[in-house]
Amino acid sequence: MTTRPIPGAPRPYEFPDVARTALPNGVRVVVAPVRRLPLVTVLALVDAGASTDPPGADGAAALTARTLAEGTATYDGATLAELFERLGTSFEAAADWDSTVARLTVTPDRLDAAFALFADVLRAPTFPDADVLRLRDERLADLQHQLAEPRGLADRRFTGALYAPSSRYARPAGGGARAVGSLTASVTRAFHTARYGPTTTTLIVVGDITPEAAHALVVEHFGDWRSTAETAPPIAAVAAGGRRVVIVAKPDAPQTELRIGHVGVPRSHPDHLSIVVMNAILGGLFSSRINLNLRERHAFTYGASSGYDWRRAAGPFVVSTAVKSEVTDRAVEEILREFEAIRETAPSADELALATDYLAGVFPIRYETTAAVASAIAGATVFGLAEDWFRTYRDRVRSVSSTEVLAAARAHVDPSRALVVAIGDPAVIEPLLGRLDLGPMVVQPATYDPTETE
Amino acid sequence: MTSTDAASHALQIPIEPFTLANGLRVVLSEDHATPIVAVNLWYHVGSANEREGRTGFAHLFEHMLFQGSEHVGANEHFELIQRAGGTLNGSTWLDRTNYFETLPAHQLELALWLEADRMGRLLPAMTQEKLDTQRDVVKNERRWSVDNQPYGTWWERLPALCFPAEHPFHHSLIGSMEHLTAASLEDVAEFFRTYYTPDNAVLTIVGDFEPGAARAAIERHFGAIARGAGKPPLPAMDVAPRFGGWRRETVEDAVVSPRLFLAFRIPPFGAEAWYAPSLLGSVLGTGDGSRLQRALVREQAIASSVSVFTFDLSKGSDLLVCDVTARPGVSAEALERAVVAEVDRVLRDGVNADECARALALAETSWVEALQSAASRADRLSQYATYFGDPARLNSELARYRQLTPDDVTRAARALLGEDNRASLIYVPRAESPIDQAAA
Repeated sequence: MTTRPIPGAPRPYEFPDVARTALPNGVRVVVAPVRRLPLVTVLALVDAGASTDPPGADGAAALTARTLAEGTATYDGATLAELFERLGTSFEAAADWDSTVARLTVTPDRLDAAFALFADVLRAPTFPDADVLRLRDERLADLQHQLAEPRGLADRRFTGALYAPSSRYARPAGGGARAVGSLTASVTRAFHTARYGPTTTTLIVVGDITPEAAHALVVEHFGDWRSTAETAPPIAAVAAGGRRVVIVAKPDAPQTELRIGHVGVPRSHPDHLSIVVMNAILGGLFSSRINLNLRERHAFTYGASSGYDWRRAAGPFVVSTAVKSEVTDRAVEEILREFEAIRETAPSADELALATDYLAGVFPIRYETTAAVASAIAGATVFGLAEDWFRTYRDRVRSVSSTEVLAAARAHVDPSRALVVAIGDPAVIEPLLGRLDLGPMVVQPATYDPTETE
Repeated sequence: MTSTDAASHALQIPIEPFTLANGLRVVLSEDHATPIVAVNLWYHVGSANEREGRTGFAHLFEHMLFQGSEHVGANEHFELIQRAGGTLNGSTWLDRTNYFETLPAHQLELALWLEADRMGRLLPAMTQEKLDTQRDVVKNERRWSVDNQPYGTWWERLPALCFPAEHPFHHSLIGSMEHLTAASLEDVAEFFRTYYTPDNAVLTIVGDFEPGAARAAIERHFGAIARGAGKPPLPAMDVAPRFGGWRRETVEDAVVSPRLFLAFRIPPFGAEAWYAPSLLGSVLGTGDGSRLQRALVREQAIASSVSVFTFDLSKGSDLLVCDVTARPGVSAEALERAVVAEVDRVLRDGVNADECARALALAETSWVEALQSAASRADRLSQYATYFGDPARLNSELARYRQLTPDDVTRAARALLGEDNRASLIYVPRAESPIDQAAA
C-alpha cells in the first residue's frame, strides 16, 4: 500500500451529560453518568487553594489536604487507610493554587460505604498533632530532595525568580522550608474551619450511577453540614522584572536544565483558546516548532515543550528542556528565535490545522476514564466556565484562525521579558550565556533560594 | 478468598484472536462506548536480544522507527497521527518493544498503514544522518533520565546485581555512551531484518471498529509483508529459583537520603507460581495500609516513600522489588534494618486473611480502572498474546488472584523472602555532595 488511506466519516462524540443540583445548605452537586464499566469516581472540589493560604502560613492548604484522612472522631489514620483499602480504594487529597481536590474511585457495590467514609474525612477531620507533624516533615524532606533533583529545582527557581517577592506565586504552592517548618495542627484545624464548608464545596460524581442516586448520597452525608467557611479574595500575580538570566550552579552536571519564559495570563483571559492553539504550534506538541527544532534538527535534547499554566491569576508561560551543557547557549538562542518567529508571521493553514485537528481530535481520548471526566468538570467549576464549554469545545477550537494565533503570539509571547533559568555547571554555561544579549545575569548556588530569605 | 465485588466478577471484555498467513498474530477487542480506537504493536525483542558491544541498541532502534519508512518522511509518523487527532508513542523493555496509537475511530486505517509501512519497508528511509541525530537524542535521554537524576542509575544497577553477567537481562537497557556511539547503519538493517518481522509481532486493536472491515484492512496492509527467517536463540534464561545468598551493592550518589532496593527472585511473570508473590508484594507495599508503608512511613517515620513492584519478566525469573527511600538523616543501615525486620516478620508469622483481602480489593479496582483506557487494554492484550500466546487470559487474571488463600501467600513468602534470596542495592549520599556542604 503506497498511498495514504482516506479517513472515513468522523463519528459523533458527546461529552457525558451533566446534571447539576444544589442542597439547601449550599453544597453543589454535579453528576455525570458514565455506564461503560463498573466504577464511580467521587470528587470534592473545595474552594481552598494554596492562593488562600493565610499570611505567613504558606503550605497550609496543602498540608490540610494531605492530613484530612489522618483521623476522625471515630477512626485514627491507620484505620482509615485500612478501611478505604478494604473497599478497594484510597482517599487522595491535594491542594493546587485554586482549589483543594479530594477524590476516590470505587466499584459501585462498595460506593455507599466509601462515600460515608469520604464525607466523614472531609467534614470532621481531627488533625492529630503527631500525624500533622509527620506529614509536615515529609514535605520538608521532599523540599530537600528537590534541591538534588534538577527538574524540580529548575521549576522552583524559575517561578521564584519570575514573580515579585510580594506575590504568593513566587513561593511553592506547598510552601518553602521556612514557612512549612512553622506549620502545626492548629494551623490545619483553623484552615479547615475557615475554608471547608457547604458553600465552598462542590461534589462531583462520575460513573456507573444515576443522578438521583448520587444526589441522594450527597443529601444523606452532606445535607446537615453547617459551617461559616467562606472563600478568600483572589490574589495578584506580579512579575519581578524583565529580561534576565539566573544560573543555578550544579558543578559537574552533565546537562543543563533550562526554563525560559515570563508571566502568562489568567485563565479567564478572552484569548485563552487562541493561546492554546498558538502554544500547540509553538511548543505544545511533539510536532511543534520548538521540539522539532531542538530535538530533531539539532539533537540538543531528548525533548522540549512550552506551556501556559492556567490559574485564576496569571500563571507562568514557560519552555522546559534539558540540553547537553556545551550547547546551552545555542539552545537558548533557538528558543528565543522561535519566540520571535511566531510573532512575525501567521502560521500556514497546514500548520494551524495540525494544531486544531489535534486538539479537537484528542478531546474524546482525554475523557476515557471516570477520574478524567471528574477532573475536567472540576476545572470548569474552578474557572466558572459556561455550561456548554465541553459540548462546544471542539467546534470552537476548530474555528480559531491564523490571524487570531498571530495576535495571541504578539500579545502573549514576549522575548523582551524572557527570564532564562539554567541549572547546570557554571564553569561551562556562564561563559556561553554571557556572550548572548539576555539581560543581567546572576549565578546562585543550588542551596541558596532567595524566596527562603527573610 | 472471598470478594463482594460482583461487578468486576462479571466483567468480561470481548477478545477475538487470529493469525495471518505470514505469522502476524492479531487481537481484536470491540468497545463502541467512545468513537476512538487504540492500535498497539508488540515486537518480541528488547535489550535482552542485543549483541555483545551494543547495549542500548534496541531502544535506539525504537527511536529510528519514528524516522520514516518508504512512504513516510522523518517525524511524519508523529505528525500524521497528531494531525488526525491521535496520541502515540513507543517504549522498550528488557524483552519487548511496543508502539501504540490512539485515534478517532474513523482514522484507524491511517495507523495500520503507518505501522505496516515501517514493519514492511523501513530500510529505504534509513540514513546515517538520521542515525547520528537519534544517537544524540538518546544520549541526551540517558543524561536526563539516568546520569542527571538522583538514584537514576538504579535502572541499570539492579538488573546487573540480580542477573549473572552472561544473562540477557544483566546489561543496561538505555546502554552505555560508548556502545551507542558504536551503533551503525548495518546494525540497524540487521536488527530490522531479524526481529521486526510479522511472525515476531502482535497487533492489537481495541475500540470502536467493525471487525469485518478491520480484518480486511489488516490483511490489506500487513498480509504481503514477508515472514522473517527466524531469530537467533537467546543465551539460557533459566536461573536457580533463588539467588543462593544475599547480594549487596552500595552506591554513593549526589542524593539527599539513602534509598534501598531490596529485590527477591520470584517465578516468571504469569507462571502459576507468580501470583502468590505478586499478591505478597501488594500486602507488603501497595497502599498506606500495607505493611511497609504502615511500619516505616507512618509508625516509625524513617521512610518518606515505599513502593513494591515486579519487573514482569516472563522468561527465566521475575524480580519482586521493595523500593524504600529514607527520611533525610536516617542512615542506610537503619533503613535496611527496618525494612528487613518487616520482611522477617512476614517470614516468621505469615500473612493474615484481612491483609490479603485488602490487597485483593485494591487489585480488583485497579484492574477495572486500567480497562477504562483503550490504550492500556490493548497493551495488556498484546502482552498476554506475546508472552503466553493467549490474550484471553486478560479475562481470567483476577480469578487467579481470587483463588489464592492466605496460606498460599505465606508459603510464597517462606520460599522467596529468605536470606538466601535477597539482593540489596543501597544508595547513600556522597560525602562531598554540594547539599551537605551547604548544610554544614
